[in-house]
Amino acid sequence: MNLQFVLNGKPWRVECEAQETLAEVLRNTLNLNGTKVSCEVQVCGACTVLVDGAPVSACTYLAYEARGKNVTTIEGLEKPDGTLDPLQQAFIDEFAFQCGFCTPGMIMSAKALLDENPAPTRAEIIHYMDGNICRCTGYVPIVAAIQRAAQAMGKETKK
Amino acid sequence: MSAEKKPDFHVVNHAVPRRDARVKVTGKAQYVADLKLIGMAYAKVLRSPYAHAKILSIDASRATAHPGVYCVVTGNDLEGLNPYYGHAVKDHPLLAIDKVRYAGEAVAAVVAVDERTAFEALELIDVKYEELNAVFTPQEAMAEDAPLLHEKQFEAGALRGFEGEVTAGKGSNICQKHHIKWGNVEEAFKNAAAVVEGDYYFPMTYAYAMEAYVAIADVTDQGVNIYSSAQHPFMVRHDLKSVFNLPVSKVRLIVPFVGGGYGSKSYTKIEPLVAACSWKAKRPVKLQLTVEEAMLTTRSDDAYTWMRTAVDANGKIIARQAKIFMNTGAYAENSPLVVEKSTNRCVGPYAIPNVLIENCSLYTNTVPASSYRGFGCAQVTLPGESQIDELAAKIGKDPYEFRLANAAKPGEEFFPGMRPFDGTLKQDLDTAARAIGWNTPLAKGHGRGVACSGSDAGAYPLTSTVVRVHADGSVTIMTGSTELGQGSHTVLPQIAAEELGVDFDKVNVVSSDTAITPYDRSTGASRTTTLMGSAVLEASREAIQQMVVMAADVLKVKVEDIQTVRGGVRCGEAQLNWSEVISKFYALPDGEVIGRSYIRKSGRFSALPVFWEAAATGVEISVDQETGKITMEKLATVGDVGLAINPALAEGQDIGAATMGMGIGLFEELIYEGSQLVNGSILDYRLPRFSDLPKEVELHLVQNQDGVGPYGAKGGGEASLNSMAANIANAVDRATGVRIRHAPLTPEKVWRALKDKNIQGSKV
Ligand code: FES
Ligand code: FES
Repeated sequence: MNLQFVLNGKPWRVECEAQETLAEVLRNTLNLNGTKVSCEVQVCGACTVLVDGAPVSACTYLAYEARGKNVTTIEGLEKPDGTLDPLQQAFIDEFAFQCGFCTPGMIMSAKALLDENPAPTRAEIIHYMDGNICRCTGYVPIVAAIQRAAQAMGKETKK
Repeated sequence: MSAEKKPDFHVVNHAVPRRDARVKVTGKAQYVADLKLIGMAYAKVLRSPYAHAKILSIDASRATAHPGVYCVVTGNDLEGLNPYYGHAVKDHPLLAIDKVRYAGEAVAAVVAVDERTAFEALELIDVKYEELNAVFTPQEAMAEDAPLLHEKQFEAGALRGFEGEVTAGKGSNICQKHHIKWGNVEEAFKNAAAVVEGDYYFPMTYAYAMEAYVAIADVTDQGVNIYSSAQHPFMVRHDLKSVFNLPVSKVRLIVPFVGGGYGSKSYTKIEPLVAACSWKAKRPVKLQLTVEEAMLTTRSDDAYTWMRTAVDANGKIIARQAKIFMNTGAYAENSPLVVEKSTNRCVGPYAIPNVLIENCSLYTNTVPASSYRGFGCAQVTLPGESQIDELAAKIGKDPYEFRLANAAKPGEEFFPGMRPFDGTLKQDLDTAARAIGWNTPLAKGHGRGVACSGSDAGAYPLTSTVVRVHADGSVTIMTGSTELGQGSHTVLPQIAAEELGVDFDKVNVVSSDTAITPYDRSTGASRTTTLMGSAVLEASREAIQQMVVMAADVLKVKVEDIQTVRGGVRCGEAQLNWSEVISKFYALPDGEVIGRSYIRKSGRFSALPVFWEAAATGVEISVDQETGKITMEKLATVGDVGLAINPALAEGQDIGAATMGMGIGLFEELIYEGSQLVNGSILDYRLPRFSDLPKEVELHLVQNQDGVGPYGAKGGGEASLNSMAANIANAVDRATGVRIRHAPLTPEKVWRALKDKNIQGSKV
């Protein structure tokens, strides 16, 4: 099948099979390996990408469903000049990852959260992020990173 | 004690950002799952539906003929290889041969153009089995009429990591036995003022590294090349050398970033299988397991422990006795070492004059058990630290005070024949108690616990490294230590930067390629900072010595006249940095100096353990009396790390470990019903999530520079897990008056215990 969609701001046209997932097309066809796959059953969040701004699990989302839509992956967050997204920077500053395998999905979910709710409380962060598993960090620094990014972005918009 | 007090560190003891930070937050970090080789094929594995069965026949002809399939590999195709591997006991065939020993064991592999084709072809393989009786628990495995899992005598693996005899394969289902004994326990229990006694169970758990096992093999006449998610590439190399009967120089393991390990990626897993696939298919082959398959590959040993502990009239612990039966599953893997370690770790970090611990692990028809963060320690710290609280309650003492009174003191030789204790438990416990407000009033339905763990680190000192100083003043460290997320790529350059006086950013790391990086025994047992860190420190200093000689040559002065300064040398007025020394020596702005270091069991590393891994945790929980659900109100971790080379990373290890321990305390458990694992998927295996975060968390480090590692550092990252299950059980007892001795403390278990208590009015 012919699949046309916008990926990280650029239009793409690729061939895909009906049963292929978005994660497979991203990783295997487009060699965009930032999106990680772990559980493959939509419970760990490692494969989270944004489709028209909403977080989806790319491991179970059929690629063809993305036709005509805007897909954002972890590779799409860094600005062309190398500036990181405030969330990426906050994850670095708060040591919010160890092995890093959950990190792309974690950052994409957090991005969806902050796009929706720019100043979430701790409880709101915990509730929203509950679909993302991290086995390394005990979540503590991830919550701190999301709070830090929210603050940094808040200051940006006030300026 | 502390080798050198250095109050003013430039780079170490600072929370510098992770070296791998940018690649990991931008999705550019490469894991084996992300790699492709030209011409690469993909393998999928057919697994046994039976727990114990003879393989009567395998017909792979239809699968082999399936379009897109290169070949099928079965136990009948391994002629020319030594198919049994194992660093402790060579009991593990790379594919089932003649029989299967657990449901989920690999029976055949299909190699095809892509994963989907390989997967489709699995259905076309016909295997005929004859089912045999099976055993699932140590008790069943010990029964007189129990079927034998392994009929033949094994070769002992060369790298088992302990000195005792391997007892597996001697005509019973016993995998390994170990005991320790000193004093006279019978006498001591007779004379005790108070004794507690009980049966405890520590569950089977799954580490869930989010990256499931994955490897790519390329076997040619040049040798065996493998990319793997292995924690210990050199140990895997040793197994492959024996499978393929090659010199180690012809076996190359390359480990890029690893997506979590926690012990579960220790030792050899799927590498012999994927190598056999490549050998037969004559092309590179990738094998990526699913998480469900990873759950059928390795788990922790579950443990049944009977323990009793005694005090005298002064509240001094005088005796401890335990009998432990561990369930090692179908193959030994690292369980023989787990048995030895759990035996030792029953003593806890307490000075006990009379001790008898007997431990035995048994083969059963379940998923093989192996290393799991803290190997063996969490299993026995549940009974050990539970009994400290049980005893304190019995003699009317505050459990915190009771611990303080009995904990091993700094420098105390509390474990005969081992290194004197190198931690400060008083300070650890004190910090944990203060963090959770030990002495402040407790709300109704709330309970607190502080507990500690001090384990003889399994870190065997055999490590080498190279530190290359380049003519532009930058540095490359060649290390066999794997970056699992623990931060070795950050900590090691911090040490080199400190020693060589160069910017942290100028120190690069090349790691875990057995063809390039010098030998390092493993990346586990919290060893890297202490052992590889020491190697990097010494290699940096050795490079400096060489550069001093070079500087003397360049400046045409005597070596004695050269004085080292931070980042270079001085001689009278003349001052040269390393870049100038090297460039002038070679008379070109290029070239390098190679510093080396070899660490072995000698000098300050001759006493084992290399360090005692010590930590305390504190918890406050509340129990919902209606549902039995436990809520984590507070959690405090205290890592007794000697010196944190990077405090943020050290704290990160502690909270990560404590969270895993909390999971085991509250809900994590692999459950067998009959022959099948019934929760063998992340859908069904309950893991800690954001919503399980304790309401308040405090992370502390105790840094007395009392370790043998660089600047007094020692390992961390396991110990905060070990005490958590006991700590939660102790806090539940304080909150509700019920004592639960089986982890995890699920709502159902707590609810039943509360109900029984209300009926009986007494403790269960
Ligand atoms: S891999 Fe998609 S949710 Fe786990
Ligand atoms: S950083 Fe390893 S799983 Fe989150």
